[in-house]
Parts: sequence; structure tokens; C-alpha cells
Amino acid sequence: MVKRMSNCTSCNCKSSKNLPEDLVKIFEKYTKKRENVIPLLQDVQEKYGYLSKENLISISEYLNVPTSNVYGVATFYNQFRLVPLGKHLIRVCRGTACHVKGSDKILDKIESELNIKAGETTSDELFSLETVACVGACSIAPVITVDEEFYGRLQQKDITALIDKYRKSD
Amino acid sequence: MSDRTKIYVGMGTCGLAAGAKFVFEAISNTLKNLKIDAEIIPTGCVGYCKREIIVDIAKPGYPKLSYGDVTAANVEGLLKSVLVDNVHNHKLIIGKYPTAEVINKDDLNEVPNINDLPFFKKQRRLVLKNCGHINPESLQDYLAFEGYEGLKKAFAAGQLGAIDEVKKSGLRGRGGGGFPTGMKWEFGNKSVPKDPDNQKKYMICNADEGDPGAFMDRSVLEGDPFSLLEGMTIAAYAIGASYGYIYVRAEYPLAIERLENAIKLAKENNLLGENILGSGFNLELKIKKGAGAFVCGEETALIGSIEGKRGMPNPRPPFPTESGAFGCPTVINNVETLANVPGILRHGGDWFASVGTDNSKGTKVFALTGKINNAGLVEVPMGISLREIIYEIGNGIIDDKKYKSVQIGGPSGGCISEENLDIKIDYESLKTVGAMMGSGGLVVMDEGTCMVDVAKYFVEFCTKESCGKCTPCREGTMRMFEILEKITTKGIDKQEKIDSVKHLEHLAGVIRDTSLCGLGQTAPNPVLSTLKYFKNEYDAHIYDEKCPSGHCKSLIHYEIDESKCIGCGICKAKCPTGAIVGERKSPHKIQTEVCVKCDQCVQLCPVKAIAAK
Repeated sequence: MVKRMSNCTSCNCKSSKNLPEDLVKIFEKYTKKRENVIPLLQDVQEKYGYLSKENLISISEYLNVPTSNVYGVATFYNQFRLVPLGKHLIRVCRGTACHVKGSDKILDKIESELNIKAGETTSDELFSLETVACVGACSIAPVITVDEEFYGRLQQKDITALIDKYRKSD
Repeated sequence: MSDRTKIYVGMGTCGLAAGAKFVFEAISNTLKNLKIDAEIIPTGCVGYCKREIIVDIAKPGYPKLSYGDVTAANVEGLLKSVLVDNVHNHKLIIGKYPTAEVINKDDLNEVPNINDLPFFKKQRRLVLKNCGHINPESLQDYLAFEGYEGLKKAFAAGQLGAIDEVKKSGLRGRGGGGFPTGMKWEFGNKSVPKDPDNQKKYMICNADEGDPGAFMDRSVLEGDPFSLLEGMTIAAYAIGASYGYIYVRAEYPLAIERLENAIKLAKENNLLGENILGSGFNLELKIKKGAGAFVCGEETALIGSIEGKRGMPNPRPPFPTESGAFGCPTVINNVETLANVPGILRHGGDWFASVGTDNSKGTKVFALTGKINNAGLVEVPMGISLREIIYEIGNGIIDDKKYKSVQIGGPSGGCISEENLDIKIDYESLKTVGAMMGSGGLVVMDEGTCMVDVAKYFVEFCTKESCGKCTPCREGTMRMFEILEKITTKGIDKQEKIDSVKHLEHLAGVIRDTSLCGLGQTAPNPVLSTLKYFKNEYDAHIYDEKCPSGHCKSLIHYEIDESKCIGCGICKAKCPTGAIVGERKSPHKIQTEVCVKCDQCVQLCPVKAIAAK
């Protein structure tokens, strides 16, 4: 479903493209101010899982901010990604508490289990692996999150079963 | 006292991670089955993470009782015992909370007082007083605990009166730098917007808790969000700001949810919005979700991020109190600082100043983590020693291993060795040992932690988080990282290593003196403090090519102690590279040239016969 925005009368931007309805809905929540770049990027990423080139351009046209600036913001912050993710996102916390409790070894184990490095996605597009600075659950270190679920006090030997659980659920 | 039993379940992020949701459901089902009428209240966290999940039960006519290690499986037995059989001294008991009246019945005398337990005894809870005791989603609960009394007093005292009270309290910024809060507010109050078309002032709360290993602010946001809103409203009133932002990490979804709820309730009850409590003061608060950049803890970078730019710091002056968000006067305070404010207004600056040391007043919340028995969230009066925190509150090191160091202040802080454990915690004395207060991470390390690796870990963190604007930080941290890599790698010329360590100290000094913002200026601290107090470990890495803690992969190899090995074959079966050989029931061996040092065998060995050397 696309909604025709005839040279964009609804929001007065320069775009003459057909914007997907989902995107228009997101745009409608925000005024055309520079300060809304980050919230827009966050909402668009939440909707689509990543920030495509087309969507970055659409955001820049909507806000009337140069695309280079929007791209600059999108590449500055850790939260944003410009490529799609696998079905499940595994995040390994690399905070200090997790580090001294062996999160490097947990990461090694997950990397060898999935046969990818942090920042990559498995070839079956089932898992993406990321490291994060800290998820703030230090008292149950080492911690990983899979999608929205937290797993704490992990040991290397727990990893295979944990990943299998997600493999089987698909 | 209410005539209905109340059951409190700790449901902060860590509680939920431990399965609090399932406990909550199990309690609800059990109550239904037992046909007992009780209110189940989700709360934030009391900080005793070791005993997670914690459930408190308050029966009419009884003191509130706290139980730990509760699971969905054992909660039914607990509820039956406490609610049906009146057996309170259940095996899961932690203790009882003090009450005004002395209650002498059943088995209550056998239950210890919470405040006599080692974990709580030396704590003094001003900021966390409500966390774990109120429903963070209920404004009524907050009001019942003297909520918004501070704001009323602030309105009565007037803007300057409120600032005076905070100045009198001696409160200093809890985000790391320790700048006197009252003074900052005074600057903000006196500052006049320069742009005739934009006569706004802004109050910003920095809730972008970016220090790896710290979760104090998250606990306040999740456990007692109204205390932050009240503190922020008082601050905004004092400086005359009608617009405010709470800049919070996107990684804290639960905290954001509770803040949004708190703002909504406050608005509905005339505690935010227009003409707050009839004072004529207006405040519009917005949440800004951070997008993951450690440098945004720096005031000017945070402002850039709020304005929708890359979060890069700007040289000061002008200070944000002169020209901050959108060019308007702006005051930025951290969560814990603002959470202290309602109490100060409520009880007076002198009351607050009676806690702490000469230069550092009040309490400090620390996230006590790492190789410590009682990991958790602790709030202690300034002036307590690190030894008391680690050995009394924290109950010492896990498995009775030897203490090596405690890292305080995150990537900007330092590592404190055994010899300095007795220093008093305050802003100034921590600096004398090469550390700083920071935001409150306390990561305890034992003999198995390599200090060179810790320094490398923090420097690597800073290289990733450096925004790239100024050269000393962008290039310097990368060079420091390369040198530390060199030291922890086998087979590099010894003289080259010796020279590079000399260079490391010089480089650290240049980065400290010439970087633009706090991130760069403090990035060398972990290196300098480990170099000073753990020089022997650097020497072992350089001269002997050994990692005494058995951590640095390139310098270690794994060995099986043949006298201990029982030949069970578990390690052999699990080794990913087939590096382990041996017949069943006879001692095994590791072929070092095939071993990839994944450490799995160490963790699997039932008799602990394998070790890194």
C-alpha cells in the first residue's frame, strides 16, 4: 500500500515520490524541526529494522535537512544500523562487570557457535550478533540479550542450548 | 496500617531478567487457589541483587517481611507458610523492616532486622529510600511517602530561597565532575536569554548512563521516577526554566516506560504543565531517547544530540548556563543529583549537610559489581571507606579469592589497589589515588583479573566512543590501544615493548592535557592508575611474556594437572579443535599447538584439573 503524495502537499517537503503509508504515519508525529532527526531515525528503524538509503533520503527531505547531515547522525550513534538484521538479535554486553566475569569468552563461544563475528548476520538470516557497551544489568553479569529477553549469570556451556532454543522455535 | 495484605515484587530490569514476571504470575495464581485477598504491587529494586527475586510481604498488624531467592516454583510454599500457617521465619527470609510499634507475636523475634544485616547496616538511603517500597507507577504511593512536599516548600521559599537551601546542603553533581549544584543553579537563574526571539531557558536531566558497569540511574528511574520529576521541577523553578528534557538511554526501555507514565500522571494532577499547584510556574517536560553514544554524557555533546546533531562536544566557555540548548541558558543535572533535591527541600540543607565529609555531603549510590559476593546497588554516606563497602556491605570476594583491585568511575576512573582500600570516599580523596568519583560504578576484581587487560579494555572502549572531533583523543587513544596490544602479544621484540611503555606514559599526559572534553581528558586514567599501582603486571607481560592472571590469550597456554585429572573425557569430548588427547581413566594432555584457548575445558572440568598458565 502506498499513498500518493502529489508533490507532497501534505507536508510541504520537496519529495515527489510515493512514500509508503507507514513512513507517512511516522512523519506525521513529528514537526519539521532539525531536533526531530534522531526520534525519526529511531522510529523508522523500529518499524523497518534498519535504515535504508531511501528512508534516509525521505527523512532528510521531510525535515529539509541535507541528507549528508542525516547520514552523519545515523552513522554517529551506536543504535543505528544501515543494513537489515537477522530474525533474532543477540546482544552481548561488554560492560566492565561483564568483562571481568568473562563476557569475552561468552562472545567467543557465540561467535564459534554461529560461525559469525560480532556485527554480522548468519547466512540463514536467523541471527545477528552485536556487542553493546552496557545493558545496565551488571549484578547478573555476564549478560546477553536475545531480542527483548535478558539472560544473566551465563557460562560458556549454556550457550549452545540457548541458541538451539531459538533455532527450534523457528 | 492497611487491613489488606500487600505483596511487593521487585521488578526492575535485573529482577525481570531473573524471572520476576513468572513469580508475579505464580503469586497471583496461588492467591486465587488459596482464596486469599491481597494486593500484589510491582516495585523497583531494593538493590540486594544477590537474593533476587525479592518478595516483600506486609500483613495487617505485622511488620513488612522480606524474602529472597524466590522463584515461580517455591513461591507457593512461601505464601502458604506466611499467609496460612503464620510461619514467618521461612527458609527464604531476609529480614523484617522496622516499624514504629513493637510487634511481638508468632515467630517474629527470630527474624532478623533488615537494617542489622551486613548488606544494609552501613548503608544510608536518601536517594533510594523509596526504591523497592513503592509502586513506581503510582503517584498515590509517592505522595504517601512525603512526595512533592519538597516542591511545595520550594514554591514557598521562592527561587532564590530554593537555591540557597541547595547551596547550604553542599550537594555536588553526582554525574562525575562534582560541581556544586547550588552554584550551577545560581548561574542558570542569573543568566538571561540573549536571543530576543527565543527567550526560553531549559532544564535538562542527564539520564544517559553510559558508564559500562553502572546502573544507579536506571534503578532510580525504574524504582522511583517521581523523585526525579519532583527534583527536576524544583530545579526548573529555581532557574526559571519552563522547558525541560530528560535525556535517557534507549537501552533502558523499562525506565522510559515508567518515566512516560510518571509524566502523564504528574500532568493529570497539576504537578507538571501549566500553573503547577497554583504557583503560576509552568513546566513542559519531554523525554529524549539517546541513541547510544558515551560522549553524550558530556554536557555540550548532550545538547548537540538534543538539537538533532552528532553528539560532539564544544569548547567551554560559553558554558551551557550561558548558552546551551538552542542557544538558550540551560542547566544540566544528573539523575542522582536531582533525586537528592526533594529531600533537601523537604528537610532542609542543614539536614543533608549533616551526612558526609567536609567537602562531600550526603550519600553516594554505587553499583557494586564484579567478583563480589553481595553484588547490588548500595547507597552509602560519603566518607565511608572502600574496605567497608567491599568487605562488610559486599561480604568480600567470591570464592574467598584474593582482592586485587576495585575500578571506580568507569572509563574516566582508576583502579584502586589493596594499599589504598582505607581511603575515605569523597570527591577529593579519590583524586589523590588517581581515580575519581565518576557516576558510581564499583567493579571489584580478584586475582584472576589481569590489570593490563583492564586498562586495554577501557582504552578500547574510549577509542570506540571517541567522537573524533579533537586529535589528541581520536588519535591518542588509538595509539595507547596499539601499545597495550603490543604488550599483550607474544613474539614482539622486548626492547620495542620497553620503549613503547615509556611512550605510553608520555602519550597519556598529552591526551589528558590537550583533549577538548572530559572523555579525552580522563581517558588515560585507567592506564595511568594501573601503571602506577600494578607496574609488576606490566613487567611480567613485557619481560617474562607471561600474564600472571592467566587472561591474555596470546601469552597463556592451558595445562592439565595430571595428578588431579581423573580421565573422565568430558573436556576431550567438548574440545572444538580436538586438542585434548588421552585414554579414558588415565590423565589427559592438551596439545598446545592445536589449542585455540577457548577456555571451555577449564569450565567443564569436574575436578578443576585444567588451568591457564
